[in-house]
Amino acid sequence: MIKTNNILQVEHLKIYFKTFEGISKAVDDISFVLKEKETLGLVGESGCGKTVTNLAIMKLLNAKSTILSGEILYNGLDILQEKEENVRKLRGKEIGMIFQEPMASFDPLFTIGEQMSEVCETHLKLSKQESRIQGIEMMKKVGIPEPEKRFYEYPHEMSGGMLQRAMIALNLLTNPKILIADEPTTALDVTVQAQVLNLMKSIQKEFGNSIIFITHDLGVISEMADRVHVMYAGKIVEKGSTIQIFENPKHPYTIGLMKSKIKKEYKEKTLPYIRGTVPTPQQFPLGCRFHPRCEYAMDICREREPHEAVIYEDHLVSCWLFRNRGDELENYKS
Amino acid sequence: MKIIKAKNIKKYFPIRGGVFLKVKGYVKALENVDIEVEEFKTLGIVGESGCGKTTLGRIIAKIYEPTGGELYFYSENGVEYNITKKIDRTIKNTFRKSIQMIFQNPYESLDPRLTIDEIIKEPLQIHKVFKNKKEENEYVEMLLQRVGLSSSYTKRYPHEFSGGQRQRIAIARALSLRPKLIVCDEPTSALDVAVQNQIIEVLKKIQKDFKISYLFISHNLDLIYHVSDKICVMYLGNILEEATSEELFQNPQHPYTKVLMNSMPSWNPKNKKLDKVSVQGEPPSPINPPSGCPFHTRCKYKMKICEQIKPELLGEGHKVACHLYD
Repeated sequence: MIKTNNILQVEHLKIYFKTFEGISKAVDDISFVLKEKETLGLVGESGCGKTVTNLAIMKLLNAKSTILSGEILYNGLDILQEKEENVRKLRGKEIGMIFQEPMASFDPLFTIGEQMSEVCETHLKLSKQESRIQGIEMMKKVGIPEPEKRFYEYPHEMSGGMLQRAMIALNLLTNPKILIADEPTTALDVTVQAQVLNLMKSIQKEFGNSIIFITHDLGVISEMADRVHVMYAGKIVEKGSTIQIFENPKHPYTIGLMKSKIKKEYKEKTLPYIRGTVPTPQQFPLGCRFHPRCEYAMDICREREPHEAVIYEDHLVSCWLFRNRGDELENYKS
Repeated sequence: MKIIKAKNIKKYFPIRGGVFLKVKGYVKALENVDIEVEEFKTLGIVGESGCGKTTLGRIIAKIYEPTGGELYFYSENGVEYNITKKIDRTIKNTFRKSIQMIFQNPYESLDPRLTIDEIIKEPLQIHKVFKNKKEENEYVEMLLQRVGLSSSYTKRYPHEFSGGQRQRIAIARALSLRPKLIVCDEPTSALDVAVQNQIIEVLKKIQKDFKISYLFISHNLDLIYHVSDKICVMYLGNILEEATSEELFQNPQHPYTKVLMNSMPSWNPKNKKLDKVSVQGEPPSPINPPSGCPFHTRCKYKMKICEQIKPELLGEGHKVACHLYD
């Protein structure tokens, strides 16, 4: 099954949390692959499970109340079954992570340099001196001005954009095969966001990492991703290449998201929107989880979960419309 | 008719430090800002974080007192009142009723210990709008329906609602005194994409129904274009460009406005545009802003004069503060 160019394979991953209100199915049976040197975009609203999926890949969900099942295969290793000490060698070295809040993800008590050196010393077994040279070199690469000075600064002395660059530099030290970017630019301003996104693109070209890019911003996805998976309420509802998803979205939810972009033509007109709100994980409805908000909902949607239907090669959609009523959404024009 | 006029507004926040908390410096949040809000119109304020757009909104709502400049309020019959410092007692209630605010984060702007009913009634009771309870209850229910909530929600607490619903409650509260102007400070940026448009629609609907003006603050250009009649582009406490929304988007003049427009992601994977973004660096700190034009440190058309002399906001209708257009 495993193709050679699949670097990461997630199979039937389920992440349930035991809560006082019952079991919350944060992620329910999702499968996807990450190919070599590609950027995979995971899009969805808050609470759709995109962040926990990636925490599971890093094996950071260790609480007793978490029930994990399925497989996460990296290099033939099942991360979920692997011992903690082995995963620790992967974490940061083979799989890096960039978090949403650059301010919150650095330790405020250590300088940027100390935090970078720590990575070099643990994973690359470099000496202090070598770590410093490596760190400064990497900071130069990501476009931090005066890296020699910045190396000795504390996180609070740097701006959000600079910290996010430092975070990218820190991740690149070990040149990880997979880089997980969890909303890396959400906390940044648009002009700085553009710079950080461009930096990530050029880094990927140079180092050849695969990136899992998580965001709720479809605009950012259109700029960054090669393939896009749309998540809704713990499920992947649509998978496809970025061009397929943007030009020919099939799932009513994806279509709704696409329409939610405020276009110039809408001035003086009613904005299109998806009615209702995302259900909480305790209240996920039976059947298709999108059906209470879906304008095409049929009886079957309320009873049974849809399976993935193939639209075209690797364009897959989980929606009953593509089993029973054919391509009724074909007429949708953006 | 005007509702409010701000002239040369300045706001410096002191930074205190040391043992005796002496003033060590100032955060120069606003420098000489002029705006005017007309009746039944929307004025959009757009800019990056730290550009002073929130401070401006709060000065208009008289949450902050300006450090310098003048602020005028116009009553129903067109009389001008200077409200820069203390508001005259005869006009105070009218002013407070006329201007309301909707905040960015509905998770923080609603008191968690009050029921929805109490939240919406609070302004009504302070201003003694209703004498009898029944009328008051009916009015609250009507407001809830107007913002798209069920009137049976009155006895619930904020934590029982989602972000979008909370923002609707905040809108109902702002609406309760029938204000003439609502300051909307990033009303949708804490919400999910699919919910944002719902809230915008509510805001547009009540604007029509109740004849309200908005001072709409946002960093999202698409959104600002959609809701505004006129837009001010702010950077580091200054307005760099001011024009009607059509004019600004068809014919942006200031280099910063252009940069801002180019930085918005394209939503079109076949025509990516971020590669073309040319701006470097980040906005400078407002504690120590650059001399001359505030944007000169990042501007690619920088000339010698830009470092020395601060350009003024000039022009008829479409105003630009840039030496390129002198």
